Amino acid sequence: MLTVKNLYASVEGKEILRGINLQVNPGEVHAIMGPNGSGKSTLSAVIAGNEDYLVEKGEITLNGEDLSEDDAEQRAHKGVFLSFQYPVEIPGVTVTNFIKTAINASRKAKGLEDMPAKDMLKNIREKAALLEIDSKFLSRSLNEGFSGGEKKRNEIFQMAMLEPKLAILDETDSGLDIDALKIVAHGVNKLKSKDNAVIVITHYQRLLDHIVPDFVHVLHNGRIVKSGTKELAHELEAKGYDWIKQLAD
Amino acid sequence: MDLKEKLISSFMAFEEQLDLSSPIHEMRTSSLKQFEKLGFPTKKHEAWKYTSLAKLLKNDYSIFPKKETVIELKDVKKYFLYDIDTYKIVFIDGIYSPFLSDTTHDGIDVCLMSSALSKDKYKATIDKHFNTIANQNDSLTALNTSFTKEGAYIHIFKSVVAEKPIQIIHFSTSDQGPMLLQPRNLIVVEENAQVQIFERHQSLNQHQVLTNSVTEIFASENALVDYYKVQNDLDDASIIDNTYVAQKAKSHVSVHTFSFGGQLIRNNLNFFQKGEYIDSTMKGITIIGEKQHVDHYTLVEHAQPNCESHQDYKGIYADKSVGVFNGKIYVNQIAQKTNAFQKNNNILLDDTATINTKPQLEIFADDVKCSHGCTIGQLDKDAMFYLRSRGIPKKEAKGLLTYAFANNVLESVKIPAIKSRINKLIANKLGVSIGHDL
Repeated sequence: MLTVKNLYASVEGKEILRGINLQVNPGEVHAIMGPNGSGKSTLSAVIAGNEDYLVEKGEITLNGEDLSEDDAEQRAHKGVFLSFQYPVEIPGVTVTNFIKTAINASRKAKGLEDMPAKDMLKNIREKAALLEIDSKFLSRSLNEGFSGGEKKRNEIFQMAMLEPKLAILDETDSGLDIDALKIVAHGVNKLKSKDNAVIVITHYQRLLDHIVPDFVHVLHNGRIVKSGTKELAHELEAKGYDWIKQLAD
Repeated sequence: MDLKEKLISSFMAFEEQLDLSSPIHEMRTSSLKQFEKLGFPTKKHEAWKYTSLAKLLKNDYSIFPKKETVIELKDVKKYFLYDIDTYKIVFIDGIYSPFLSDTTHDGIDVCLMSSALSKDKYKATIDKHFNTIANQNDSLTALNTSFTKEGAYIHIFKSVVAEKPIQIIHFSTSDQGPMLLQPRNLIVVEENAQVQIFERHQSLNQHQVLTNSVTEIFASENALVDYYKVQNDLDDASIIDNTYVAQKAKSHVSVHTFSFGGQLIRNNLNFFQKGEYIDSTMKGITIIGEKQHVDHYTLVEHAQPNCESHQDYKGIYADKSVGVFNGKIYVNQIAQKTNAFQKNNNILLDDTATINTKPQLEIFADDVKCSHGCTIGQLDKDAMFYLRSRGIPKKEAKGLLTYAFANNVLESVKIPAIKSRINKLIANKLGVSIGHDL
């Protein structure tokens, strides 16, 4: 599904990623962990096509297709989804209208007609139920005045609606209490299939108790310094990141 | 002959059409003298530093309409608020259209300035209010006064709540070449009375039209007035809107100005507070492009203690468009406990667009809260990435974000039909599809 080869990326002249290699296959869940400033969010931004970051070297392919020339919206049309750590507030645009706009933009890019209103409504109801979102929430302005938990739930709701091939969840657990975390994790697990893949970016182990990864990678100084299975996450939880830093240095 | 000379030499002919014994005959004559003395403003005047009328004044305008033009309701229905019941005062090329209008004398007066100026029953109200707050030293206001003939006359009597909004609509057609229109409105709202007014100027085909409008609004004790102006005209249409508002104690007056189209728009909006516990609200959304020019020139005079004023103007400028905001707040020495707030936030969508923004605070009282803030910026990059990462193309993402930027000004719009209409106009203007709620 996703292949990242020898990826170097910088922001404002500062090199952040220094040779990332990553292979994610359909049906897999990968966790990317690491201390603050290790490059986790940069990696997700670069995969999703944030123009603030400059790819210096290396390649990113999705199902064999090179993404390097694609804008963020084109990557989204091809099935990349990024759940933001800090979702943006958009006053005056309701959750419903926003998701409709997004879905129909993707359909348009694929040469499809707008989704019929009836199907859209049905889809929205199902996905909202999955994430225990009530209908009042859907007519509020996007992220405006949302609590941290509501913002993250709304991100996963958008993911559910857009049905991406590759979903990257950037620090989705931050700002969530345990109940909200369970709802979010339940949603992600329900959406998982043998045809899609999930990358969970997190600082802590606790989300991984609920979204169980097949592989865990540890990022430090812009490189993946250790990969393993879910046990690695437990080890990190117990021992902290210092031993990883030493390992790398 | 330039326009000024033409106006002056036409004045006698204009007055002869009217009743020379009219109570405002003297006023017209002295106003013309005032205009003759002052002439049109130029960029040398501080208040017109960023807005030049020079190009507009070169047109050979017809000064008073010669004949009536008939238009069909079905052709112009879309310019009205048509989904709610309203009173309507409609003019075509400056001439009243009884066919398109719906006036009343039932509990309130919604009728014509021409009748108010000529009939005895209105004399007392005219004498008391007409041309009493319009600035005599403003040449364009003086020009309007000297050619005063037609416009809207609205009188809401004591403790009456007008049950329907009132629409004042001016259409212009190209039938008579370049045209100068000078409507004159008087709105008197007595104690405890309430009214909502919607005003729009619309040319129906491309032709040079310049409107120089004057509106005087009087809000008595505890009155409530909400005034909405839609300026979404064609590219060759220009307007200079001079609005004067006098408020007595505990009255609330709001003016919302939505400027989305036209060649040149200048809004001179003046609030005079003449009592305590008054609330004045001035809000605006400007969205323009190409070579359009919109200038908001506001003034609030806080003369008495314990009053508030709220100004919130948002501007979105594309291409080579030019925006101007000049907001003057004057607080008299005795106007303690004044709360005066002013915001002017702008987004320049292109490097070629310009905004000139200038707050002017003159505060002579010491126990007041006054704040002002101007921002000029571009769209937030993180927000753009957020939208695009959801598959929304760049152009549409820009539209959505500018829509979101302007949107909160609409929160204070009290008539849902106006709010949804403005929403649609903004969405159309920005090329986004909003408002089709499931």
